[in-house]
Amino acid sequence: MSKPEPRVGLFVTCLVDLFRPSVGFAAVKLLEAAGCRVEVPEMQTCCGQPAYNSGDRADTRAIALQVIEAFQGFDYVVAPSGSCAAMLKAHYPTLFDKEPELAAKAADLSTRTYELVSFLTDVMQVSKVDAVFPRSVTYHDSCSGLRELGVRDQPRQLLSTVGDLSLVELSDADTCCGFGGTFCVKYPDISNTMVSSKTGNIEATGAQTLLAGDLGCLMNMAGKLQRSGSAIQVRHVAEVLAGMTEDPAIGLSGTAPGDPRSGGA
Amino acid sequence: MTTARSQILGAVKQALARNTPGDDPQDMREQRLSDPRPGLIPERSRLPHPAQVDLMESMLNELSATVARVSSGDQVPESVSEYLKAKNLPPEIRMAPSRDLQSLPWDGQHLLKISHGPAREPDQVSVTGAFAAVAETGTLMLHSGPEGPTTLNFLPENHIVVLRASQIVGAYEEGWARLRKVFGNGYMPRTVNMISGPSRTGDIEQKIELGAHGPRRLHVIIVEDGDSPA
Amino acid sequence: MESTSHNFKENARRAIADPHIQAAMAKMKVGFTGKRLAATQRLPEFEALRDASRDIKNHSLANLDFYLERYEAKVIESGGQVHWAPTAEDARKAILDICRRVDARTVTKGKSMISEEIALNDHLEAAGMTVVETDLGEYIIQLRKEPPSHIIAPAVHVSKEQVEADFRALHTHLPADRNLSEPTDLVNEARQILRQRYLDADVGITGANFLIAETGTSIIVTNEGNGDLTQSLPRVHIVIASIEKVVPNLEDATTILRVLARSATGQEFSAYTTFSTGPRRAEDPDGPEEYHVILLDNGRSAMLGSDFQDMLRCIRCGACMNHCPVYHAVGGHSYGWVYPGPMGAVLTPNLIGVEEAGHLPNASTLCGRCESVCPVRIPLPRMMRNWREREFERHLTPSSVRSGLWLWAFLACRPVLYRRLAGFGIRILGALGRRKGRFSSLPLAGGWTKYRDLPAPQGRTFQQLWAQKQKNEKRGAVK
Repeated sequence: MSKPEPRVGLFVTCLVDLFRPSVGFAAVKLLEAAGCRVEVPEMQTCCGQPAYNSGDRADTRAIALQVIEAFQGFDYVVAPSGSCAAMLKAHYPTLFDKEPELAAKAADLSTRTYELVSFLTDVMQVSKVDAVFPRSVTYHDSCSGLRELGVRDQPRQLLSTVGDLSLVELSDADTCCGFGGTFCVKYPDISNTMVSSKTGNIEATGAQTLLAGDLGCLMNMAGKLQRSGSAIQVRHVAEVLAGMTEDPAIGLSGTAPGDPRSGGA
Repeated sequence: MTTARSQILGAVKQALARNTPGDDPQDMREQRLSDPRPGLIPERSRLPHPAQVDLMESMLNELSATVARVSSGDQVPESVSEYLKAKNLPPEIRMAPSRDLQSLPWDGQHLLKISHGPAREPDQVSVTGAFAAVAETGTLMLHSGPEGPTTLNFLPENHIVVLRASQIVGAYEEGWARLRKVFGNGYMPRTVNMISGPSRTGDIEQKIELGAHGPRRLHVIIVEDGDSPA
Repeated sequence: MESTSHNFKENARRAIADPHIQAAMAKMKVGFTGKRLAATQRLPEFEALRDASRDIKNHSLANLDFYLERYEAKVIESGGQVHWAPTAEDARKAILDICRRVDARTVTKGKSMISEEIALNDHLEAAGMTVVETDLGEYIIQLRKEPPSHIIAPAVHVSKEQVEADFRALHTHLPADRNLSEPTDLVNEARQILRQRYLDADVGITGANFLIAETGTSIIVTNEGNGDLTQSLPRVHIVIASIEKVVPNLEDATTILRVLARSATGQEFSAYTTFSTGPRRAEDPDGPEEYHVILLDNGRSAMLGSDFQDMLRCIRCGACMNHCPVYHAVGGHSYGWVYPGPMGAVLTPNLIGVEEAGHLPNASTLCGRCESVCPVRIPLPRMMRNWREREFERHLTPSSVRSGLWLWAFLACRPVLYRRLAGFGIRILGALGRRKGRFSSLPLAGGWTKYRDLPAPQGRTFQQLWAQKQKNEKRGAVK
C-alpha cells in the first residue's frame, strides 16, 4: 500500500515527449486522480533502449546514469510505456556488473519503477476510472510490458470500467507488431510482414479503435493501418482511461499548438 | 599425445574450471548415477489401480490405438481372431517367442496361422507382450530380448500387444524401477521401446497421417489378471 | 552445410515474396502454437517440470566432463564403441571409416540435425555410398535437394502439391495414373518406397535427443518409427550426438521428456521414444551387431563457461521457432544454415562465426515469445543482445547505425541541448505534418515510410508544454 500522496517522477519517454505529449498529460491526470503528486524531472531524454538493443553498452550505461540521477528521491517512477519501464526496471541493474555502488542505485531505481496502468491498479489500487468512450475497442499487448512486467489484465480491467466502451479481444494479441525499435528500419521487409499480419487481425475484430500502452507500437500499427486506408483510430490507452480523447487520434490531422492544456503558445 | 578424447574433455574441464565456482561434490554426482531418485511426478496417474487401468485405456484411445478388455488370458486368442476378422485381415500372426504368450490356449483358434520369431517383410500382423505400460500417457514399455524381437514392434502394419493389467503402472518412473529390478542398476537391454500409439507423421502440411513407417494400427488387449502392480 | 546466413536479408526478401512459403507459415503458426497451448494447459505440473528440466540441464552442463566420462564407460561396457570428434571433419572421417570397414553400400538415416551440421550425406555419397533419409520430411527435402527449414518438421515449407510433383518426377517406376492428391496417398507411397531401403541398409545412422550417463544409453524421439527401423535392421548402428546431450540418469531424461513432446508438437509423448544401449546381446533375436557413438564437440566446449552456456540447455523441441513472428514471416531457409528461428539465431554464430551469421541475432524485435515457451527457459533475447554487443565491440555493426547511435546518445546525454533541438525540430515537423496528420514519405525515414505512414508529431514537446504549464500555474498562483 502506498503512502498518502506519493511523490511520482514521470518518465515521459522520448516518443511521448516528441510525438504525442497528450499521452504524457493523460498520464499526469490519471496519476493525480489516483492521489499522486507528479513531477517531471527536466534532465531526462531517453531510457537508452536504442543503444542497449544495438549492443552499445557504453552509451546505454551513460544514459542510465543520467536517468538514475534525475529520478533520485521519488517514491515512484512511472512511464506510460512498458518497454521504457522494463528498461529501467529489468535491464538497468544488469549494466553495472562490476560496479557495486552503481548497481545498488540501479537496483533501487528498479524497485520504484512501474509502467503506468499497472502502477495505477497494482500500487495505487485504482479499480475504476470515470471516463466515457462510446466505441468498440481492441487492445494490443506490447511485448515488453507483457513479458517483462506482466502487464495484461490490468489495462483490460480498467477499460472494462470505461463508460459505453466495448472491448473486442484481438486474436494473437500477444504477438509482436513488428516495431522493435530500430528493427523496423533495419529489417523493413520483415517488420512490414509482421505489422501486416497484426493489422489484418485488428481489422478482423471490427473495432473502431485500437489501444495499447506503448507509443512505438501504436505509431507502427497506426502508420500501417492508415497506409492501407483503414478508418480505425489509434490511441494510447492512457488517453481513453483519462477521458482525454478530444485530440485527433494518432496520425490524424488537426493537432494544434493552441492546446488548452498548454495555456496557449 | 593429445587424443581427440583428451582434446574434448580437456576443453570441457578448462571451460568449467574457469567459470563455474566449484563442482558439485563428487559423492552427490556418484549417487545420481548409482542411486537415481524420481523427480516431480504428475498427479494425473496417482490413482487406485483399477482407475489406472481405465486411464491407460482412455489414453490409448486418444492415441488412435484400439483396446479390448478380457477377463482372463484364456480369452486372448479368441480376441485376437475377432480383431483380425473385424479389420479384414488374413488370419495369420507373427508372434513373439515368449512363454507367457505361448502358454495361452491358441489351439482353439483353428483357422489362425501362427509363427514365431523376428518380423519378416510380408508379416502383416505381429503379436507381442509388453514389459510394462504407463497409464500417465498410455505408453507401452517393451524391450528387446529373446522373448521380444524389436522388429515385431515396427515392421508389420498391425501390432497387437497383450498386456496384463498388473503390468500397468502410473508413471514412467515406476516402469524404470521395475526394469532395474530385472536388469540391475545401471544396466539396460539393447532397446527399450516406449510406444504411444501407432506410427504417425505430420510432415505433409501438418495433417496427421497414421502408418508412416511403423505400424498403422496398434491394438492392445488388456487382460484383467486381477493383480495390483507388483 | 554451406551457409547463406550472410545473405539473410535477401533470403528473407525472397521468402516474403514466395506465396508457397507464406501459405505454409500461415498454417504452421496456428497449428503448433495451438497444440502446445492445449498440452500445457492439460498438465498442471508443466511449469514446475520446466524448472526441473532447466535445473537438470544446468547440472549436467556444470559437470559435463564427469558425465561424459561415465557415459563413455557404460557404452563400452555394453559392447558399444565411442568415437570422440572435436570437429565436423573428425566426425565425418570416423563415420566414413566405419562404413568403409563394413563395406557399406546403402546407409539409412533417421533425422539428425547434427548430420546436417557436419554435412555428412555429401561426404558419404562422394565416397560412393547411397544415403537414404527415412524421416518423411527429410526424405522430401532430400528429393528436393534442399536443407531442412525446421528442426522438427523439416519439410514444413513444402505443400502437398509440391510433394506430389516431386514424387511423380522421381518414383517413375510407379503407375503414372495413380492418385496422389491427399497426404495419405503420399505417406503410403513413401512407406512403400522406403520399406525396401530399410531392409537393404548396411548401416543405420541416427541422432540422439539425449545420452544417459547412468546406463550408456542414447534416446531418439520420433513419431514415424523410421528411426527404429533405421537402427534395428542394419548390421551397424551409428549414433551421432553433440556432447551437451548427456544427462545423468533415466529419471532425469524422463523429466525432460515430459516437456519435450508437449513443447514441440503438443503431444503428451511421441509415438516412439526409444532407449538404445549397445549392440545386440548374444541372446537377442534381432538388432545391430555393432553400436557406435560419435561424440561431437564442434564448438560446444567453447560455449561452456561463456555468456552462451545457457544455449547448451536446448533440447531441440522447436517451440521457439513455432512461436517466433520473425520465423513466421521468413521461414526457416532464410536463416541460411542448419538451425533456424531464435535458437538458430543464438547458436549459429557460435558454430560458424558471427561475421558469417551476424544478421541472425539482429533480425529480432526481442519480443521474448521464444523465451516464454522454451521448456528449459533459455534467455534467448538476452543472448541475441549479447551477440549484438560483441558485434558492436568488433565494429561489425554497420557504420550508419553506429553514427546514428552516437548522435542519439550524444544528444540524450545532454538534456538541455536535446530539449532545444527537439523543440525546434518538432515544431517544424509538426507544422509540415499538420495538414494530413501524417507523412507518406520523409527524407531519412525511407525505411519506415516504404511500407507505412509516419504519424506527425503534435507540434510541441511534452517538456515544452509542461514547462509552459508550470509557468502559467505559477503566474496564476501569484495572481
